[in-house]
Order: sequence, then C-alpha cells, then structure tokens
Amino acid sequence: MAAGAASGGSATTDTYKDTRTWLLMPAWVTLSILVLAPVLMMLVYSFLTKEFRGGVIWDFSLDAYDQFFFDRGLFGDDPPRIEWTYVTIFWRSIWQAGVATLFSLLIGFPTAYFIATRPANLRPVWVFLITIPYWVNLLIRTVSMKFLLRDQGPLNDALIGIGLIDSPLHIVNTNLAVQLGLFYSYLPFMVLPIYAAVERYNFALSEAAADLYASKWVTLRRVLLPSVRPGVVAGCILVFVPSMGSFLAPDLLGGARNFMIGSLIEEQFKGNAGNWPFGAAASMILLSLVLIILMLSARQQARADKGGG
Amino acid sequence: MKPLMTCSAAALALALGANAAAAEGELVIYHWFEYIPQALLDQFSEETGIKVTMDTYDSNEAMLASLKAGGIGTYDVAVPGDYMVKIMAGEGLLDTMAEGELANKGNIAPEWADPGFDPGRQSSIPYQWGSTSFSVNRDVFDGDIQTTDILFNPPAELSGKINMLDSQGEVLAMAAIHMGIEQCSTDRDKLKALNAMLQDAKAHWASFNSDTAKEVLVSGDAAVGQIYDGFSAKARIEGANVEYAFPVQGYIAWMDNVVLLKDAPNRDSAIKFMDFLLEPENIAAVSNYAQYNAGVSGVADHLDPELAKQPEKNPHDKAGPAMFIEVCDEATQAVYDQIWTNLKK
Repeated sequence: MAAGAASGGSATTDTYKDTRTWLLMPAWVTLSILVLAPVLMMLVYSFLTKEFRGGVIWDFSLDAYDQFFFDRGLFGDDPPRIEWTYVTIFWRSIWQAGVATLFSLLIGFPTAYFIATRPANLRPVWVFLITIPYWVNLLIRTVSMKFLLRDQGPLNDALIGIGLIDSPLHIVNTNLAVQLGLFYSYLPFMVLPIYAAVERYNFALSEAAADLYASKWVTLRRVLLPSVRPGVVAGCILVFVPSMGSFLAPDLLGGARNFMIGSLIEEQFKGNAGNWPFGAAASMILLSLVLIILMLSARQQARADKGGG
Repeated sequence: MKPLMTCSAAALALALGANAAAAEGELVIYHWFEYIPQALLDQFSEETGIKVTMDTYDSNEAMLASLKAGGIGTYDVAVPGDYMVKIMAGEGLLDTMAEGELANKGNIAPEWADPGFDPGRQSSIPYQWGSTSFSVNRDVFDGDIQTTDILFNPPAELSGKINMLDSQGEVLAMAAIHMGIEQCSTDRDKLKALNAMLQDAKAHWASFNSDTAKEVLVSGDAAVGQIYDGFSAKARIEGANVEYAFPVQGYIAWMDNVVLLKDAPNRDSAIKFMDFLLEPENIAAVSNYAQYNAGVSGVADHLDPELAKQPEKNPHDKAGPAMFIEVCDEATQAVYDQIWTNLKK
C-alpha cells in the first residue's frame, strides 16, 4: 500500500509544486499541536521528579526509568536488582495483542478476499456491512461482549443447548476474553487494508500460476500473499498497536486482575499512585517499542519492494 | 458505560434547556457517577435560574488527577470523600468560606459539623455518608458472612467468585482491618505480612471493578462483591439475593462532601448550590435516590421511610468498628503503592 501511495504521489508532485508547502501547512500545524507537542511533553515529564499525589517538580531525575528497570524491594532500600514486574506487564500486553492480531488475520484475510472477489458493484455494500457495528461506541460493544461471553450468557446457553458442554465455560475474566475483545474491537482495521490490497491484485496472476500447475496452496503462498503483503502488514500493525495500549477490554473483560500497559499507565495518572513521571516513562518506552516495530516493518517493506520491483 | 450515558444525557438536557432558562448564571459541578438525581439539578435551575453543567468521575483519585492536570478554574464544586477533602486542602485546591457566607450552615447535623478532615467545615458541607464493606449472594453461600475472611480467605464455594473494588484505598484499608493492622502502619513486618496475605487472597478473586460493582452482583457474575452500602441496597432492590455484611473485624466508613474549589469561576452560584443542598428536603432527595445517609438536621421527615429500615443501614450488635480511611505521609504511601503494584502485576 505504501509503495502504491508513493508511486501515485510522484505523479501529482509536479502539479502542486509551488503551492505544496502551503497546502500541507494545516496538516503540519495540526500534527505538531496534537501529536508532536504532547509527545515532547511526555518525554520531558518522564525525566522530571515526581510530586506526591500527582504532578511534577521541575528537577531533572532518572527515577522513573530507574523504577522501571530496577527493583529495590517493598521499602525501596534493598540493593537494586533487575525489575521484572514491568517487563512482565509489557510482555503480557504484547502477547495479548499478538494473539488478537493473529485471530484478526485468520478471520480478516478470508473476509477481505471474499469481499474483493464479489462483483464490483456489491463490494461497497460488504464494506459498509463490516463498518456497521463500529457506529456503536467501543465501550458499549465491549460491555455487550461481556454479556455474550458470561457464564449464564447466550454463548454458554447455546453450547449447553446443543450438548457440546455440560457446564458453562468460564471465559469472562480470562486472557481469552481479553483476546476476543481486542480481536472484535479492531477486526475492521485488518479487513479494510487487506481488502484494498486484494482488490488491486491482478487475478490473472493466480490463473497463470494455476496454468503452470501450481496448487491452490502454492498460489496463495507464492503469488497472492507476496502481492498483497503491504495490506497484510498494514492490517497487522493497525490491530497490534492499538491492542497493545488498550485498557477497556482488559479492564472489562479481563477483570483488571493484572495490569496491562494501558492500565498501568492509567493508574499512574488516575489511580492512587499519582506518579506522573513514571506514567510518562512507561508511555515513552511503549512508544519506542511501537516505533521499533514500525521501523522494522518499513525496512522490510523497502527491501521487499526493491527485491520485487 | 452508565457514567458516560448519564453524562451525555445531562449534556443533551442542558443543551435543550439552555434557551429556556434565563441566564442568571452558571454552575459547573464535578461529581461522582450515578449519584445525584437529575430532577434535583433541574429543580435547582428552576428555583435560581442558574444553568448547571455536570462532569462525572469514578474515583476520588481520578478527580484529584483531573483537577491537578488543569481542571482547577473550570469547576465550581466537587464531591470528594472524607480523606480526599484533607488531601485537597493540603494541595491548596480548596477555597474557604467566611463565617456567615452559607445561610444554611446551621442545618449541618452537629456530629458532622466539625470533622477531622475539615475542622469547622471551612471548605465543605456534608453530602452523603455510608459504609464500604461487602455483599454475599445468599443463593450461593448460606454460612456466616460477618467476617473479612469472606474476602481474603473465602470458603471454597466463594473462591474465584469475588469482585473487589478497583481502588487501592478501599482494598488495602479492608486488608488492614482483616489483619488487625493500623492504617498507614510503618511496621515492616506487618507490611510484609500484609503484602503476602494479599498475594494469597488474589488467587480467590475474579476481578477488580468499581464501576460495575453493583452489576456483577445483580447479573450473578460475582457471588461476593466489595461494595458501598447504598449500591448493595440497590442490587438487592434490583432483585439480587445479596446480604450486606458488617464484619466483626470492622469495616470502612466514609463521608462524601461538597467542597468549594479554588478559583471557582462561579463562586456565588456554588454558594447558592451548597445552601440548596443544606435544605433537608433537597439533600433527602439525594439520599432517597442513592440510598445513603444525609448529614443535615431535620432530614428524617423527608426520607423514604423504607430507607431507615434497610439492612444495609443497620449494623448488627457484633459488628466491628467503622473506620475512616486515613491519609498516609509520602514515604508510607510509597510502600502501599508498591504493595498495590505487586498485587496487580
């Protein structure tokens, strides 16, 4: 997708050559005010001294990062050891987001393929259908999910009704519930980019592969997938990144028994801890992780484009 | 969910009503969710011509954070709990009222007129008071529930079916009561024991949730829930077979208060609103709605007669003492923060 946008962009570059800077101004101003400034503020806050009960004291301090990486015991005066608490919390979030992304890919790819192979006049209808549930607020959808999954909910009733199980499955307040919640919340972000990629795919290539005795599986793996890879990568990133920072699904469906990155950060600002520098530091570490993932995927993308082009 | 819906419904009502009310002034309230009846706010607007806007929060700490992050100067009044009044006063977030500014100050019930968290009621008036303990679904368990063991060392029938409030103050205070440790203790052995006890207890807990503390009891998702007395009464009235416990070890008492915030943009409206809430029939409307108790003299005549008879309001003879949550100093609080992080890591 990125490659397509870039090559499409080069054609228009000359048309707007003189006015480009001015036309981009509103976007730049908006981005600087709404994205850059808050991130910079967070970066600065993460290096300040914590004020008791929320707030910062304007003295440089590495305490927030120290707290993240070193364990000094319950009373803060043991010799420092490596702190696993926050690494564990980050790993848990990455794992949950990863599983949710995998679910989304497994369901999203066939869905996107299905939509892209419908007659052109029907495709918008299918895309429209995909977006309908997302007109409802995320909070309400997450709560509804809880009602569906609960011990006495429709899912368990149905499974018991058809005789598959004898006693209800405990899904609410487990990791599986969180993964399902994240999967459901972000599924369209997987479907739509893959759909965009598959729609542009030249199906004659699949036919050519079949003519050359490639099996369906080989055609999928060696012809279709490499062609739509940018869409798949974009979909995975769009599901994975927000899942990692999400706290609605973990709180409501997972029972908030264990911190995820999102709830850990929320606790620093809204909870009793009131440790803004630590919340800012945890956010910066999360941001760095996301940036690394994005950069790696961009680099791979560039390499793939070079190899393929 | 509920807080958001109430909030947007209130906003919509305000937007529609804005033209009708003569612009006699405005009042911006920062309030707990699902607590004050909209009809009472409408009545206040009708009587005074003051247009009311309300934002809601779900914990004392969330309110403090939002005020410290720039909310001061936006809101006129807020409704912090007892210990939070003390914290806010210490942070310089409260304005004080001169003697005589509040016409109805004499209506404050004598026992609430000079509380430790705001001596002389300089910045606050009583709003509602009650207790925090826990409720047990009697369809699931019919044994003795008047002990904090139900939360921290539960019988097998209840293990894995417990919802705790997602609030450090209430969970750690209840844990301290369970172990007979004084709040804000600095005794290292006791704190280590508290930390270890909570680690074991967590294995029995299904979830931490404050917003849905009532819903999980009504829906049956949880068989035991740490909960406020009024919420438990509501759960019972909504059909859950739950009994509110007054454990022999003790339980948490609380009082919410309306405070005058520093730099209130509509200070006069705020004073009028506080006087309005000190009228017995008005504050009784809040009690009748939220199922808590008011701290105003003469309120009894206006209360729903059922309210006084509620089991959630009448501790039994063997009930332990009701204790307010205490405010720890910074060094002690750091240890409690660490215990809470250990619990939820």
